[in-house]
Amino acid sequence: MPNQQIETIMKPLGDSALIVQLGEGIDPIIHERVKNLSELLTNNPFEGFIELVPAYNNITVFYNPYIVYNSQKGTLTAFEKVCAHMKHLVQQIKININEGPRLVSIPVCYGGEFGPDLENVAQYHNMTQEEVIRIHSESECLVYMLGFAPGFPFMGGMDERIATPRKETPRLSIKPGSVGIAGKQTGIYPFETPGGWQIIGRTPLNLFLPHMSPPTLLQSGDKIRFVPISPNDYSDYKEMKQ
Amino acid sequence: MSVKVLHSGLLTTIQDIGRFGSQQYGVIVSGAMDSYSLRLANLLVGNMENEATLEITLFGTTLQFEEDTLIAITGGDFLATVDGVVAPLWRPVLIKKDSILKFNSAIRGSRAYVAFAGGINASEILGSKSTYLRAKIGGFEGRALQKGDVLLVGEGNYLSKKLVQQLTKNNFSWSINCNELINFNQHQVIRVLKGTEFHRFNKESQQIFWEEPYSLTVQSDRMGYRLEGPPISLSENFELLSEGVTFGTIQIPSNGQPIILMADRQTTGGYPKIGQVITADLSSLAQLQPTATIRFKEVTQEEAEKLLIKNEQLINKIKTAIHYKVFH
Repeated sequence: MPNQQIETIMKPLGDSALIVQLGEGIDPIIHERVKNLSELLTNNPFEGFIELVPAYNNITVFYNPYIVYNSQKGTLTAFEKVCAHMKHLVQQIKININEGPRLVSIPVCYGGEFGPDLENVAQYHNMTQEEVIRIHSESECLVYMLGFAPGFPFMGGMDERIATPRKETPRLSIKPGSVGIAGKQTGIYPFETPGGWQIIGRTPLNLFLPHMSPPTLLQSGDKIRFVPISPNDYSDYKEMKQ
Repeated sequence: MSVKVLHSGLLTTIQDIGRFGSQQYGVIVSGAMDSYSLRLANLLVGNMENEATLEITLFGTTLQFEEDTLIAITGGDFLATVDGVVAPLWRPVLIKKDSILKFNSAIRGSRAYVAFAGGINASEILGSKSTYLRAKIGGFEGRALQKGDVLLVGEGNYLSKKLVQQLTKNNFSWSINCNELINFNQHQVIRVLKGTEFHRFNKESQQIFWEEPYSLTVQSDRMGYRLEGPPISLSENFELLSEGVTFGTIQIPSNGQPIILMADRQTTGGYPKIGQVITADLSSLAQLQPTATIRFKEVTQEEAEKLLIKNEQLINKIKTAIHYKVFH
């Protein structure tokens, strides 16, 4: 049913983008609103619309103010015109509970050279490495947004029993596919990069697929489950992809 | 037609207007730091405004042309020479077969753009030829140019051919004026809109932000400008979830020193945003060198839009004027 009680705030991000805020905090219901509004805008773009970036509880709408300005006569600024369009779409937000999320399995080789911080994480919680792996691979995570780097998923839903602070000294280089923990978050690094996350394993899958459409393995709204694999399985996956 | 790289220079990459439409997947925009210079370089050789060009940073790059080629150089002044003779900027230039185009150090601005009639045949990924170094995509094998690389340039269109005819006849006397679009001063005022978290900073910091100068550190690059000056702090700490950011977003990390996000910025960020550089001033910002100093000046949303629209109208006028010069 239409949801007209949504408290919406629109704020400019400079002169060529605006943020439509649909709630506070990290919440699967707000995430549904973000997803729905993104779809509505994609299907009902305005003249001058460039693209959108969904986040936890808002979407950023990028536009060309010169085209917006030329597209409609009147005294309103481009910002006001885009706001009016977005307000109209916000009123049409519906939470579609029938449509199930996509469930994606991510094979992960935990520990050893693939997950150099698994032992630290286990020690931090007074657990065995096997327990950390079991808890991590039993959590069902939700991809709230992609950002930071191509294909990098911001996920929620990791079991808080294995929440671990970031490393005090960040690593200079983290291998692509590394699966890490930072506080209550878990994530996967698409590229070799410096970083302070606790690395507990690595997936052989590529997260960024520049020649595919969409260009990423994961998408906002996906449910994720990590599946433990052996080092041999890891090599097999890598070979399969060659 | 091809162009050989004899010297790479500090950082020379292939960039077009940017990779738009995939930010929701975390794919960064990239593209020219100074997009006004990029667009004008293309117009001067008859290309579409958003065609790929070379972006040359601070110093270097020597190119040898294997055929007669129509080019235009815009942006910063690197005292470029063609076979030892100073090359004119901001106008079409016909480079003869076997000639050598050499860029020296920037004496004005920090980034030069070279457009080739017909554009550069670079790898196009997700709708753009821009080089994104970290993901190794776009441009020339996803990397900066190196000695020995051979660039393939396209065939010029009808307009390019008319320009070549004019240049061959030797009666060529015009160039375009970019002074209203780009300020090359290394000490300048950058106009800014209040950021989404401006009110979260304490009163003293807000005042400092509008009044004190900030200088560009050497850690500044295509991803972001790291500034140095009086530290800025929040009234109280709060957690900001990652959300969309854009070109010109001014973030304040925990050390209080502002970072301005530039062409290779990440798509989302979680630092509080104190301001947002207006689009009309982004090219001037892109032409700053390390140690340059800037002051921030507040403008309203309406003023920012007006300045942007004025600049777009000016670029349209220049485009019309180029056509007029060619066909009259």
